Amino acid sequence: MTAVVELTGVVKEYPGGVRALDGVDLTIGEGELLGIVGPSGSGKSTLLHVVGTLDRPTGGSVRIAGHDVAALTDRRLSALRARHIGFVFQAFHLVPGVAAVDNVAEGLLYSGLPRARRRGMAADALARVGLADRLRHRPHELSGGQRQRVAIARAVVGEPALLLADEPTGALDSASGEAVMDLLHTLNAEGATIAVITHDTEIAGRLPRQVRIRDGRVVADTARGKVAA
Amino acid sequence: MSRTPVLRAARLGPRDVLHVGSAGLRSRPVRVVLSALGIAIGIATMIAVVGISASSQAQLLRQLDALGTNMLVAKAGEGMFSGQEVKLPKDAVGMVGRIDGVEEAAGTGDLDRTVRRSEKIPEGETGGIAVKAATERLLDVLRGRPAAGTWLNAANGRYPAVVLGHVAAERLGIDRPGRQVWIDDRYFTVVGILDPLPLAPEIERSALVGWDAAQRLLGFDGHPTAVYERSTDATVRQVQNLLAPTIDPRNPQNVAVGDPSSALKAKAATEGAFSTLLLGLGGIALLVGGVGVANTMIISVLERRHEIGLRRSLGATRGQIRIQFVTESLMLSGLGGLAGVALGSAAVAAYAATGGLPWVVPPWSAAGGFAATLAIGTVAGLYPAVRASRLSPTLALAAG
Ligand SMILES: Nc1ncnc2c1ncn2[C@@H]1O[C@H](COP(=O)(O)OP(=O)(O)O)[C@@H](O)[C@H]1O
Ligand SMILES: [Mg+2]
Repeated sequence: MTAVVELTGVVKEYPGGVRALDGVDLTIGEGELLGIVGPSGSGKSTLLHVVGTLDRPTGGSVRIAGHDVAALTDRRLSALRARHIGFVFQAFHLVPGVAAVDNVAEGLLYSGLPRARRRGMAADALARVGLADRLRHRPHELSGGQRQRVAIARAVVGEPALLLADEPTGALDSASGEAVMDLLHTLNAEGATIAVITHDTEIAGRLPRQVRIRDGRVVADTARGKVAA
Repeated sequence: MSRTPVLRAARLGPRDVLHVGSAGLRSRPVRVVLSALGIAIGIATMIAVVGISASSQAQLLRQLDALGTNMLVAKAGEGMFSGQEVKLPKDAVGMVGRIDGVEEAAGTGDLDRTVRRSEKIPEGETGGIAVKAATERLLDVLRGRPAAGTWLNAANGRYPAVVLGHVAAERLGIDRPGRQVWIDDRYFTVVGILDPLPLAPEIERSALVGWDAAQRLLGFDGHPTAVYERSTDATVRQVQNLLAPTIDPRNPQNVAVGDPSSALKAKAATEGAFSTLLLGLGGIALLVGGVGVANTMIISVLERRHEIGLRRSLGATRGQIRIQFVTESLMLSGLGGLAGVALGSAAVAAYAATGGLPWVVPPWSAAGGFAATLAIGTVAGLYPAVRASRLSPTLALAAG
């Protein structure tokens, strides 16, 4: 199994002394779909940011798609995000007043691909998330679930090695949330490596692997549990 | 571990830079207009100041072209002893006319008389109008024209007829020929009113009576006080040197020779030197406009932290975030600059149209004004852009 993510002894201490991550070891293999669960304030988002290279750890080592993050400059780190990592946020973060297809194409803006190709790929990505008939709709003309699917299309349009989602269903009703989770399952079945933060135990229960976090430590990992058992 | 390919951040093409730079502007058009307004006012003021003086200068130069620079005036100077009045010889006009190169000559003689609208007006109220005797050729030499009525000629010169300079007519409240004015002790009929005479402002302020009539009716002694002459362009300097010795060979220092066109040329030069005070005001407006743009940019960065965080998560480098906000600032101030150039040029056009001036906006002022706005846009955008690029992506995403 090729590792997309390899964390060893990762520590993240915020100024002021809060240890949000306290020695995390985590390996995510290619094609995995895992849930990160844990109480509020346990360090889930911090972990996702460190994995997504949006934040640097204060200790330990982070390797993403084979690159040692600590050794990379801002430019190279940005290139790593542009090429290998897709993010989905609880609050969608779509650009208001801009058509869905253009919002998705924004996901390729920093990839170096030519403009026309970016739009073509964006339309394809929207079709993949079931919004082929909503290309020209602007965010305020879409439901919450549809908006989150646009955001997912933006995250996967560049075929990243790793898709990270921080409570993607947190702002949705249960039916829309279910549709979004189904979509993530489908994308995983098509080969995407996905890590989802959720506090919904029912949703987490349906994921192939669960990593439980408390006080910045991994307290349970079904993958490791299986190995240990 | 197998070799991993080197990571290289892709460059944004010019179109993409414009796209991300204008995104913030497109979503907030009212704010764009308001914050570009300061810059627009500053640039418009500067363009208007420069353009109006350039237009006035062009007008003067055009006038100078029409009036020619080949006219000289010889006047009776002050005597060696102060206050002693010197007169030119009676035949001064004729003598000047015989100088080589002189094409025509004319004279005026000051009369110690007053002109009033009627006999009922007290003698002291002259309105600063001089009464002068004038030879027939005077108007030709000055290249003047009657605005209404006729010039003095052999026929009307024998009667109590008077021609008014345009300032004199205005001060006397006379707007057309046929009216009468009181000179010395009798009524004179106004036969003509002259157009402005930029080369001879003293004639504009005069009531002119024919040479003979002045001698018969107003006790004029026939000595000219000023001789006006036109020569060929080539001989102007030569004639200038000959005027005084020809008129008064024994005391040439008693004759003051002047070149009225040089005064006009000097005026044209000072018109060209625009008011630095007004220009300074424009500069201050521009500076205030720049502060407004900087302020708008700082607010824009604060409001768009999510967008900045999102772009960082999509792979934007710090440099690309900086470029985005500097571009936005440049567009904001550039829009203000364009509007300012248009507004200032329109103001100059309006001013020129109402004053009958040619419309001149020096290209360097438009280019310079626009370049100034770009410089201001860069400076105003740099600090907010650097702040935006230094934002932690996670904080930006978490905020609000
Ligand atoms: N920027 C920050 N500065 C200081 N402390 C932070 C910051 N972000 C998170 N924390 C703290 O780190 C801990 C973990 O937070 P977080 O990763 O957001 O938890 P979760 O996503 O599991 O709710 C919390 O105690 C939180 O208060
Ligand atoms: Mg969280």
